[in-house]
Amino acid sequence: MAKLVAVTLALITIASAVPILAHIWVPPADISTHGHLIDEQMSDTMAEAGICFIAAQLILAAFIWMFSNRKPGDKIKNFPGGAKGLVTAAFLLVGTEVLALGFFGTRAWADVFLTPASANSMPVQVQAGQFAFYFRYPGPDGKFGPIHPDKINEASQNIFGLDVDNDPDSKDDIVTAEMGVPMNKEIHLLMHAKDVGHSFYVRELRMQQDFVPGLDLSLHFTATKVGRYEIVCTQLCGLGHYNMKAYLNVMSQPDYDDWLKKQASMQ
Amino acid sequence: MHDVSAHLAHHTPPQGFIRKYIFSVDHKVIGKQYYGLGLFAVVIGMVLSWLMRIHLVWPNFAIPGLKWISSAGAPGGIITPEYYLQLMTMHGTLMVFFVLTNVPFAGFGNYFLPIQIGADDMAFPRFNMMSFWVTFVGFCVLFAAFFVGDGPPLSGWTAYAPLSAIPGTGPGQAMGQTLWAISIATFCIGQLLGSLNFITTTLDFRTKGMTLMRMPLCTWAWFITSCIGLLAFAVLLPACILLILDRVAGTSFFIPSNLVVSDQLVNHSGGSPLLWQHLFWFFGHPEVYIAILPAVGIVSHILVNSYRRPLLSHKAVIYCLMAIGFLSFMVWGHHMFVSGMNPFSALVFSFPTLVITIPFTILTLIWIGSLYGSNLQINSASLFALGFISMLVTGGISGFFLAQPSIDIYLHGTYFVVGHFHMVMGVAAIFGMFAGTYFWASKMFGRMMNETLGKIHFWGTFVGTYCIFMPFHYLGLVGNVRRYSAFVDDYLAPLIPVHKFISIAALFTGAVQLIFLYNLTYSRFKGAPAPVNPWNGTSLEWTVPSPPPWDNFGGRHPVVYHDPYQYGIEGSSGDYVMQDSPEQIQTVREDKDLI
Amino acid sequence: MATTLQPPPPTKFPSSGSRRRLKPREPGGPSTGIWVGLAAITMTFAAFTSAMVVRQGSANDWRHFAFPLILYVNTLVLVASSLTLQMARRRFAVLASGVEQNVQPAFRALYGTLFLGCLFVAGQSAAWLQLRSEGIYLASAPSSSFFYVFTVLHALHVVGGVFGLAYVISKLHRGALRLGTLSAASLYWHFMGLLWLYLLVVLRFRI
Repeated sequence: MAKLVAVTLALITIASAVPILAHIWVPPADISTHGHLIDEQMSDTMAEAGICFIAAQLILAAFIWMFSNRKPGDKIKNFPGGAKGLVTAAFLLVGTEVLALGFFGTRAWADVFLTPASANSMPVQVQAGQFAFYFRYPGPDGKFGPIHPDKINEASQNIFGLDVDNDPDSKDDIVTAEMGVPMNKEIHLLMHAKDVGHSFYVRELRMQQDFVPGLDLSLHFTATKVGRYEIVCTQLCGLGHYNMKAYLNVMSQPDYDDWLKKQASMQ
Repeated sequence: MHDVSAHLAHHTPPQGFIRKYIFSVDHKVIGKQYYGLGLFAVVIGMVLSWLMRIHLVWPNFAIPGLKWISSAGAPGGIITPEYYLQLMTMHGTLMVFFVLTNVPFAGFGNYFLPIQIGADDMAFPRFNMMSFWVTFVGFCVLFAAFFVGDGPPLSGWTAYAPLSAIPGTGPGQAMGQTLWAISIATFCIGQLLGSLNFITTTLDFRTKGMTLMRMPLCTWAWFITSCIGLLAFAVLLPACILLILDRVAGTSFFIPSNLVVSDQLVNHSGGSPLLWQHLFWFFGHPEVYIAILPAVGIVSHILVNSYRRPLLSHKAVIYCLMAIGFLSFMVWGHHMFVSGMNPFSALVFSFPTLVITIPFTILTLIWIGSLYGSNLQINSASLFALGFISMLVTGGISGFFLAQPSIDIYLHGTYFVVGHFHMVMGVAAIFGMFAGTYFWASKMFGRMMNETLGKIHFWGTFVGTYCIFMPFHYLGLVGNVRRYSAFVDDYLAPLIPVHKFISIAALFTGAVQLIFLYNLTYSRFKGAPAPVNPWNGTSLEWTVPSPPPWDNFGGRHPVVYHDPYQYGIEGSSGDYVMQDSPEQIQTVREDKDLI
Repeated sequence: MATTLQPPPPTKFPSSGSRRRLKPREPGGPSTGIWVGLAAITMTFAAFTSAMVVRQGSANDWRHFAFPLILYVNTLVLVASSLTLQMARRRFAVLASGVEQNVQPAFRALYGTLFLGCLFVAGQSAAWLQLRSEGIYLASAPSSSFFYVFTVLHALHVVGGVFGLAYVISKLHRGALRLGTLSAASLYWHFMGLLWLYLLVVLRFRI
């Protein structure tokens, strides 16, 4: 039976590795300026983790095979180097590996979260509420009008609770159901949660951040490829969570200008 | 006046059915009660997982009987989106609290810790009894949530505010969520009473010769787990109290201003949703080590027995357990990398999270390294113990990805996370429970479990759980979001065939568990009578009858002479020496460990 | 790993005590268990404290209010109860050593402690009633929320201590009180006093 366990474990290990090595299920193509750092980090980690995974499982399998059903004359043996060797190996190899990866991964993290949006980034506000995302553009005056929570009304489509009559900044604000951005332009995404926690996740952008009610959070990114990408909610927010999504449309600058004009005319 | 033993009243055996089996102060009965409660909870939890997996891939399949349990949640037997989340919440809550904390820790620990240290009971037998019944009340309150109002909460076992703090945010978020919070708060109290007993008994009630370093590794694991539990549950309790106050008393600990739910302004202000997350995860991370450490200890204990030789370093394992216990309190923020907390703190939390890889690696290397040159014996217990090593390697390695904030940007909230924690908690820890059951059932019930059925159970579960949970990681890599009740959009729909494979594997593996349940139940009554030491073990539980008498050692006081793992010794009459035997021992091992 | 046929080396037993306890402890000292329990209580109040700090910093709605002066009186009452409890312990130790036969002084000190403990809880209730009359309730503001949470939970723990003292007194009535039990109860009681002093300072400077 032990030999069967060993063989099965080895087969499971190889079978598990195949989809990774064959790149069957991989993240979608990166469309951001910072994403390659994350992707590199992920492949480095996958390589190291993969080696450790395969080595550990196969060695376990090998030892199960070798040291079961021993003959009466065989003596108990120690692993060469004993515990001391293994502990040292663990500290040195794992210690340096994990710390190195941790250290090198800080750059990707810093790019996304520790650097502020640049001064000429384009601000867009996104509001997450049960169970949809809505977006707001500041319009020609470049200013967002204030949100009045008591005026938020889904039925009358006053999503952001704007008081267009009394707040001059709100007059030219453009509210949309999909997010349009020009390619290669840094976007400063201002995040606002209406009711409970939500999250903003675009796989291709390698971008994810929770919306926290009561906190003014933001993200910044630059999209590098034209296309239509899903924005999905990844923070459990209620029964409609599975269906809470919007679309990010990355367009050329002229196309974006047309789109924004059309949206403005529909306000 | 002298220090009379506190247990004068305890020195007569209990009389009557109620005192012997219901309200018993005997740690062995309490251990079995915890085990039984955990078994009941795991069956419900597993059925919930079947319902979830069926709904994900066959959403229009009418599940027979479900509409009688909830006509609103499953009209005509078809699960609604909210009911999926409600089932998911109960699945997580039952499994993490009432299975993974109950069985390996409170169940086996209560039963075997006193025996393994040579005591005749826990330090505070009545508190011990209370700890079980308080836990039981907590379970009943939670179970009641299925049948009240609009059902159980849907906010997940993590119950993030404001979703969990405002009753109007969804079905089940009113009465169901309140019952959940009361249940968990009650559970905390039960666990605190239990930890009190474990710690005091370990420190004060060891028999003659039983120094701390001479305790078996599972005893060490239970001891360290109880220290973690004492500090962790003492933080979850305040969190639940504050949540209950927000829900029913109008306070705003977690609920910020200007929230609009269903077009109505919420009448709370100023609170911090992140505060809930910090409090919850300060408990929540140590909790997952509470779930895994007892299994680590039990598996180590069983592996030594199966290898017929001691581990390469007894002390290294103990120090690793301590290191894990200590580090477990420093890493909670890794659940919150993208939560909106200060991004600099993500780097701070990431560091100890990566460092905790080291003690786990040392443990794995010692387990595998000690297998080298050993005399491996195969039985159901050792199969699950070996399987545990494999599962912990897999689960631990996937954690390595998530520990890095930059990678977590992409993988957070995806099935990768679900695969990781199921591998370590839903598989590895469960394997530890199975290993412990096959190893100790004979001692607990006086009858041997059927080995053939045990091996079939192992094969089905080992292959089955890999088939279920390995694909979760692939789904995560593609960006399959978690906690979705359906995959309806263009991006996720092509992944449904993978989900179908998983669901079928889950149903198959679930069916295999019936073999275990049958084996456990049948052998309880009809199994072969168990000898005192069926596995040729060396620790003190193998010196008492199967099952032990009410005072464990029948009035005698065991004396131990050396560490508990004197296996593989040349020159002794067998290949092992009992811990309470003064027979020739290895002179080198005793004081100078290999480290 | 050398294995040799030798007589076992002299086994190292810790110095003996009763078979139940491995470590010899000073006679009549409090058991490990009470320390473990106090660790849990400390952790709980630490969690509430950090919640308060975070909550105070998360919004501008703290709303300070006047600190009820009766709390200072209650503090003195609780401190006094620790003094009477220490008196009781000394008198009981004298009884236990057999020098003194009269149990009345010990009883008086214990009953005195019990009375002062109940007086403390009554005083805390007076503080709550006073705040209510000023329109300051649990949900009025985060400051009052934490005030009530801390003081009510502490008072509940003091009530627990009162029950513990009642148990000690009933044991003494039956002549079955052990020094260890009294020590454990005393440690708990003094800890409640220390905890109150901590809460007094924290609340005084934050409310």
